[in-house]
Amino acid sequence: MYKIVKKEVLNPTVTKMDIYAPAVAKKAEPGQFIILRATDDGERIPLTVADYDREKGLVTIIFQIVGATTLELNQKNEGDFIADFVGPLGKASELSGLKKVAVVGGGVGCAIAYPVAKKLHELGCEVHSVVGFRNRDLVILEKEFSAVSDKMLVMTDDGSYGEKGLVTDALKKLITEGNSYDEVIVIGPVIMMKFVCLLTKEYGIKTIVSMNPIMIDGTGMCGGCRLTVGGKTKFACVDGPDFDGHEVDFDEAMKRSSVYKPFEKKAYDDACNLFKEVK
Amino acid sequence: MPNMSLNKNPMPSQAPDIRNKNFSEVALGYSEETAIDEAKRCLNCKNMPCVSGCPVKIHIPAFIKEVADGNFEKAYEIIAKSSSLPAVCGRVCPQERQCESKCVRGIKGESVGIGRLERFVADWHNENSKEAPEKPEPNGYKVAVIGSGPAGLTCAGALAKKGYAVTVFEALHLAGGVLVYGIPEFRLPKAIVQKEIDGLKALGVKIETNMVIGKVLSIDELLESGFDAVFIGSGAGLPKFMGIPGENLNGVYSANEFLTRVNLMKAYKEGAKTPIKSSKMVAVVGGGNVAMDAARCAKRLGADEVYIVYRRSEAELPARAEEVEHAKEEGIIFKILTNPTEILPDENGFVGGIKCVEMELGEPDASGRRRPKAKPDSEFTIDVDCVVMALGTSPNPLIKSTTEGLETKDWGGIIADEETGLTTRARVYAGGDAVTGAATVILAMGAGKAAAEAIMRDIEGK
Repeated sequence: MYKIVKKEVLNPTVTKMDIYAPAVAKKAEPGQFIILRATDDGERIPLTVADYDREKGLVTIIFQIVGATTLELNQKNEGDFIADFVGPLGKASELSGLKKVAVVGGGVGCAIAYPVAKKLHELGCEVHSVVGFRNRDLVILEKEFSAVSDKMLVMTDDGSYGEKGLVTDALKKLITEGNSYDEVIVIGPVIMMKFVCLLTKEYGIKTIVSMNPIMIDGTGMCGGCRLTVGGKTKFACVDGPDFDGHEVDFDEAMKRSSVYKPFEKKAYDDACNLFKEVK
Repeated sequence: MPNMSLNKNPMPSQAPDIRNKNFSEVALGYSEETAIDEAKRCLNCKNMPCVSGCPVKIHIPAFIKEVADGNFEKAYEIIAKSSSLPAVCGRVCPQERQCESKCVRGIKGESVGIGRLERFVADWHNENSKEAPEKPEPNGYKVAVIGSGPAGLTCAGALAKKGYAVTVFEALHLAGGVLVYGIPEFRLPKAIVQKEIDGLKALGVKIETNMVIGKVLSIDELLESGFDAVFIGSGAGLPKFMGIPGENLNGVYSANEFLTRVNLMKAYKEGAKTPIKSSKMVAVVGGGNVAMDAARCAKRLGADEVYIVYRRSEAELPARAEEVEHAKEEGIIFKILTNPTEILPDENGFVGGIKCVEMELGEPDASGRRRPKAKPDSEFTIDVDCVVMALGTSPNPLIKSTTEGLETKDWGGIIADEETGLTTRARVYAGGDAVTGAATVILAMGAGKAAAEAIMRDIEGK
């Protein structure tokens, strides 16, 4: 059992939790992920490590309430326990040696992009952050990002905060203004990563994406997380989760992530009703 | 007087048409009377050919003699000297290729039902013996065991019985390895596995789940933190795919994923939180026990038609004879001498069909089996909405890649001494599928036991 030491609501659909898992905290690096089960009969879900405190033994996770499991997890409070928490899994992001990087985050993907930006900043890299949200109410981690960024642009789809437009608009602007990046790192919805990669390909800028497909064990055993990268099958859990974005077959990845949509919708609705009844 | 019946006492089982709709155990086990009757078929041969066929050398005629005399607990004691998981092995060993293949009664008629008797004895003991195992006096030595499958559990048990402080590290949230994520409930009830694990805990074995060694801790860190030796029993967990077009379509599973969803995550139960795609027509590619398990699970999940697609002939099917027989009885359709060439999509990007070619057998290959080759112009398509790839597995490179000096064969198997399990690193031993590639429960147990003995010799002989 793993204790929830701190819980913070970042916006109506996104929650941050600090979990006491000292062994994981000791080894975790930006880019890696954990797998948790909220309850004893729960589903295993992967979440990227958003932060860690090696001394206090804490691992921070940030999740969007999208399905039954995240809904169930969100019902838990400080002092409660979650059944299982395993990691760190996957490869850490390769960040050393980079001099100037654009970090692009979309929605809850910003939670994963933030530790990457932070680490780059610590390594002395010039960091330009572009973060996008649907609207003002969904903006998260703005302060944290700006503390580690040399330049920062906040975008919203409806213009209710920051600039109106998509992250690709902002990134294009930065590039055409003459910024030349060693690398673009983009983390967010698959469709957003796809379009950022199309843009950066035009400009020939190396682009790294972080993939978060469906998986069970996270150690290379099930193969459920397989992706096509550069024409070859790769397992996101052990070969990734970071990949060269110009090589990833995003359309296939989007299709694969929709396998259980009907099941997930029903499970989510059932869980919603259950929690309503309890209230 | 021995019982001279030419045939084994049949195993009472759920009827095929009933059991292919539930996940309860198929074989129900012998009664005391049947067990005694079957035991009397044993001729108690002096040269004990059956024992030579047993990877852990159980004293088979001796335990069967006790069964014949109604001394079931004594029979258990004899088995327990050589095997630590008899309730498991009685159910999953390929007896027809091991002990029973050597049985004199098999020359004319059927061999003695050794596996069935082993299972009976183990179940009888589990039900009737209330004796808690005695916790041995600690001897001050610590051993880390990586993986809680058959190899790891056996190694841990053998060491714990001698007073070693053993910690088992398991990557998943539940101990048991392939016994819980792979082999289905209807072939090996999980309560039996749990009982074995509880037995180890009673001996003082510590089990730490959610620990992926190679990630959260390295082998070197374990040795530095005070473990005197490490046993690697991490199995062969990496699934193989064929590399044919369409393998990444929705509805194509590795057998590992399919079985893990069903067995470990209980996707077959109403209200389970882990989904599995509901399918009507399923093709399982492969001919081993894992393929049979996947096919029979698919049937139980409600598929109307389930095919085993296998490229060699029926005689080469690597699965246990009983599993093949059970699968057929349950309505699984065998497409033998058939090899998939492509998985076809439906209009939504899910699996819509599987394109295959007919095969014929040519000259024997390196494995001694006749090499299958495609018949020209024999292509055909089977309509399916789900494909499960059960093509075998290979060892996970995670531990090798994080342990300097731990050498493996080019296909990934850890290099270990055949007798002792000692790897190319001092104080580090390995056994089971991590060394041999995918094999059987009993071979993994044998390796776990041998390594435990070597560890004790090496530590205490210093």
